[in-house]
Amino acid sequence: MSVLVDLLKAFVVGGIICAIGQVLIDYTKLTPARILTSYVVAGVILGGLGWYQKLIDFAGAGASVPLLGFGSLLAKGVKKAVAEDGVLGILTGGFTASAAGVAAAVFFSLLIASIFKPKEKG
Amino acid sequence: MAQRKGNYTILFDDPPSVCASSAVGGKKEAEGPLGNMFDMTSDDSYFGESSWEKAESRMQKDAVNKALEKANFSNAEIECIFAGDLLNQCVGSSYGLRDLGIPLIGLYGACSTMAESLTVASVFLESGAINKAIACTSSHFCSAERQFRYPLEYGGQRTPTAQWTATAAGAAVLEKGDTPPFVRAATVGTIEDLGIKDANNMGAAMAPAAAMTLKRFFADTQTNAENFDLIITGDLGKVGTKLLRELMQQDGYHLEHAHTDCGLMLYNMEKQDVHSGGSGCGCSASVMCGHIFPLMRKGQLNDILFIATGALMSPTVVQQGESIASIAHLVYISSQKTGGRVS
Amino acid sequence: MKMTPEEYDRLSKKASPNSPSGKNITMAFLIGGLICALGQALSLLFQNNGMDKDTAAAAVSVSLVFLSVLLTGLNVYDNIAKVAGAGTLVPITGFANSMAAPALEFKSEGYVLGLGAKMFIIAGPVIVYGISASVIYGLIIYLFKLY
Repeated sequence: MSVLVDLLKAFVVGGIICAIGQVLIDYTKLTPARILTSYVVAGVILGGLGWYQKLIDFAGAGASVPLLGFGSLLAKGVKKAVAEDGVLGILTGGFTASAAGVAAAVFFSLLIASIFKPKEKG
Repeated sequence: MAQRKGNYTILFDDPPSVCASSAVGGKKEAEGPLGNMFDMTSDDSYFGESSWEKAESRMQKDAVNKALEKANFSNAEIECIFAGDLLNQCVGSSYGLRDLGIPLIGLYGACSTMAESLTVASVFLESGAINKAIACTSSHFCSAERQFRYPLEYGGQRTPTAQWTATAAGAAVLEKGDTPPFVRAATVGTIEDLGIKDANNMGAAMAPAAAMTLKRFFADTQTNAENFDLIITGDLGKVGTKLLRELMQQDGYHLEHAHTDCGLMLYNMEKQDVHSGGSGCGCSASVMCGHIFPLMRKGQLNDILFIATGALMSPTVVQQGESIASIAHLVYISSQKTGGRVS
Repeated sequence: MKMTPEEYDRLSKKASPNSPSGKNITMAFLIGGLICALGQALSLLFQNNGMDKDTAAAAVSVSLVFLSVLLTGLNVYDNIAKVAGAGTLVPITGFANSMAAPALEFKSEGYVLGLGAKMFIIAGPVIVYGISASVIYGLIIYLFKLY
């Protein structure tokens, strides 16, 4: 039962975060690239203020999978690195925390792009 | 000799004949309502080539070769080719036509290129400088997407005002002869800009240019929409068509019964998911060369005005916040070499 | 008749149909929600297999990134996105797609200046501003001893 509740919470919270993105696309002049960028920066701010972690605790992947979660991860990483390594942590924290996702995106993209070819849209 | 009529219009005394024409298209275009008009189509968007740019060049080359074949002319008989496309430095044309050994005048008028090339070729023919010419142009959905918008596989959503760049090419063979139809007059457009900045709403950006050129032609020749069987614009799409008709109406010209748009003809607007309609140089080029000219040759259409519109922007200036400057060129084409309302 | 840009702006807005927002927002919610629920399912699976929460979260990111890049290569992701809009843009899968798509598209200009350089044309700003925001945040917490 708790599994279903967890999945439902992730679905609803993740869905709402995406729906807000759609509102921004349809009702403002923001391009998708700008929306991605704003989501990440907003995530850093919300994460830095400690608010976003509460949403992650509640919704799990529903909060961590959207790019807001990526931003909050950057903030979390910096905080941890500053606590452990001092001043150098300001610079190392962000990349360290996001290393898995970014490295995966870079390497898989290289791999897939080497294999496949772009096709005309349906 | 060509003559000036009014402030903007050129009349041809000895109107050049469009003696043959051909159209090449992609899969989506072949599946559209005008699918049968194409001389060649390909299910493979790459047209057997290794890149989108090469595919576009290939279409243009195929269109020219097919038109030459239909006219029964050899490369060596063509004294000049007038060509252009949407790609940077017009490489679609220059690499497509590289092996033909025909003197080339490269043109850039964005999607207005077909009307532009017909105009320039006609003036060259009328001057006596040349006797046989080709006007041609192309566009390819994929080469245009990657240059002007996003990579093909990028997950973006198109707005309802966005248009679909046609994968198509058209070529017309012009000569001093008696095969209909004939290019009787041309009006070269000025650059118009009413401040539209949305690169996903080209129809709205280009409609004022079409209206301006059309009004000037009517004024110069003392004609109006009723004097023509068809007024056909290049690629205004749904939005641009609506705006053109409203702009014309404000000056008392009613286009409703005579006007259509190549961008609305090339695709099935309900089923093919092209939003506001087709666009690109190849859209009007293929509809004119594959559909309209043959109809005129058969005598099913007699007097038409073809107004091709082009958005003259680049991604760089749009990113810098510039609005979309547009242009529209008009050619008056008739199945009769002389006579009629415009002379 | 001479028309001002302001007058034409009004006219063109009237002639231009709006995005079908109701449908778009619903689809963004549904598909975005599904991607997150899939992430949650993976996370629970990984945790059941002995990963701690943070490691599982990283593994979820990597899995979703892989899935997104694969679907991009198979020419599927953009077709889902056509319907889903922000539902496929906002999750980390959208970030991965924004790197895989140009990598694929610009491979024709070579592996270095094409694929390699163009991979970041859309995702680049996300990294630039995300990392910069995190550095500023780090500076603030360091200076004010908030860690």
